[in-house]
Amino acid sequence: MLDINFIDQVNTLSDQAIQLCYHCHKCTAGCPVTDQMEYGPDRILRMVQFGEKEKLLKCRDIWICVACETCGARCPNEIDAARVLGALREIAYSENVAVAEPGAVKFHKLFLLLVKNMGRMHEVSLLALHKLWTMNLFSDLPAGARLFMMGKVPLKPHLIRRQGEVKRIYDAFDPKKKQVSHGN
Amino acid sequence: MAINVSESEIQLSKLMEYSYYPGCSLHSTAREFDDSIQSIFKTLDIKLYELDDWNCCSAASATTLNHALSLALPGRNLAIAQKSGRDMLIPCTGCYNRHKSTEFELKRNSLNSTMIEAAVGFKYQGNFEVRSLLDVVGNEIGMDRIHQHVQKPLTGLKVVGYYGCLLLRPTKITQFENPEKPILLMELLQTLGAEVMPWSYAMECCGGDQTLVRPEIAVRLVNRLVEHAREAGAQAMVTVCPLCQMSLEMRQTAPGTKMPLFYFTELIGLAFGLKEAPAWWKKHLISPENLMNSLGL
Repeated sequence: MLDINFIDQVNTLSDQAIQLCYHCHKCTAGCPVTDQMEYGPDRILRMVQFGEKEKLLKCRDIWICVACETCGARCPNEIDAARVLGALREIAYSENVAVAEPGAVKFHKLFLLLVKNMGRMHEVSLLALHKLWTMNLFSDLPAGARLFMMGKVPLKPHLIRRQGEVKRIYDAFDPKKKQVSHGN
Repeated sequence: MAINVSESEIQLSKLMEYSYYPGCSLHSTAREFDDSIQSIFKTLDIKLYELDDWNCCSAASATTLNHALSLALPGRNLAIAQKSGRDMLIPCTGCYNRHKSTEFELKRNSLNSTMIEAAVGFKYQGNFEVRSLLDVVGNEIGMDRIHQHVQKPLTGLKVVGYYGCLLLRPTKITQFENPEKPILLMELLQTLGAEVMPWSYAMECCGGDQTLVRPEIAVRLVNRLVEHAREAGAQAMVTVCPLCQMSLEMRQTAPGTKMPLFYFTELIGLAFGLKEAPAWWKKHLISPENLMNSLGL
């Protein structure tokens, strides 16, 4: 199933002009994780041009990107492929696609929920909740314990005073409450 | 003539104060980065005013799930910084990158800027700049002034400087000088008396963005960086970013001795002869103590 309007949706959200790509492969040549990917950034741009929406939103590649922005820095047409992959992740999440990396979505959802309610990040809450939610209880425990012993990760979260201001910003961009248009 | 000199001195001292945005890391996993910054700025007699009631920039999470939110959340901090008009100094390159992206939209007066201003409830005036710590130390304070304060040169310490991604890219947003071959950090480390080893991986990614979610991706990138740092002859790596430091300390899995890492401000403090310096790297996951003892530093 091809979606001929998909390129417009991705261009708008990522603020890029993907039609300018002439496939010189510089993005893929400089990508530090392309060997982990099925397609790599260049082919992903091609697939956006062809409207292969479903395939892209379900692919693992968009969650492997480390957002190092090397691709964008080297593109002769000034296309930021990292932003494109970011837009694909966001579309996959907001359109409730069964994504290839649900653990990543859970991590970022928790992160945003904690900031919404406290104003700042609280690492202990984030990691404990993420471990429970993904049932991956034992990863990184020794490092976490050492950081705790050094007094680097406080047990008690810090709450900012004007938390309402942060919540208001969240509400302005809550896709369920209001459709906000963005991009240029 | 005498009046001119004193006027320029007054102007200099006015420039030398900043709004300070520590971000969440510098209050937790990168506490020693914060401590070293506070100490060296005190030595240099530069005032840092922590931004009142600042909020988290939302790091990689909002850019992943909700880009508009990722632009608006730093907007609240910019609104607070705007009140004083002081330049906003951000040590964490993740936070710097997020705030710089918001500033970029506000400056170019895009649709995004209207959206940010409406969500935060302020009007951007552009009376201040978002500055990275390395930029302020290297370009504003400058090598001469740093050099004047060096009491204990880091003679014999072989290091590679490591920038990572977020300080340099996207290039049009960070506006970092010569982003494909930056030299500021190397110059600074040479000023401190360290032996700076040439290598080609100073701007490569450590996988910090994925280090907690997909550690295996970070492990590969970190091991590759460490291998090349060793090949270049480095005894330690020098970072400018708490996310890189964390990823590089947590994800080294290659057998043998682990490569220690320093925040660049820790080495500035050491070269300044500050007695609290060794307490900073007591908080590292990879202890550099053996190395420092062997060099008498």
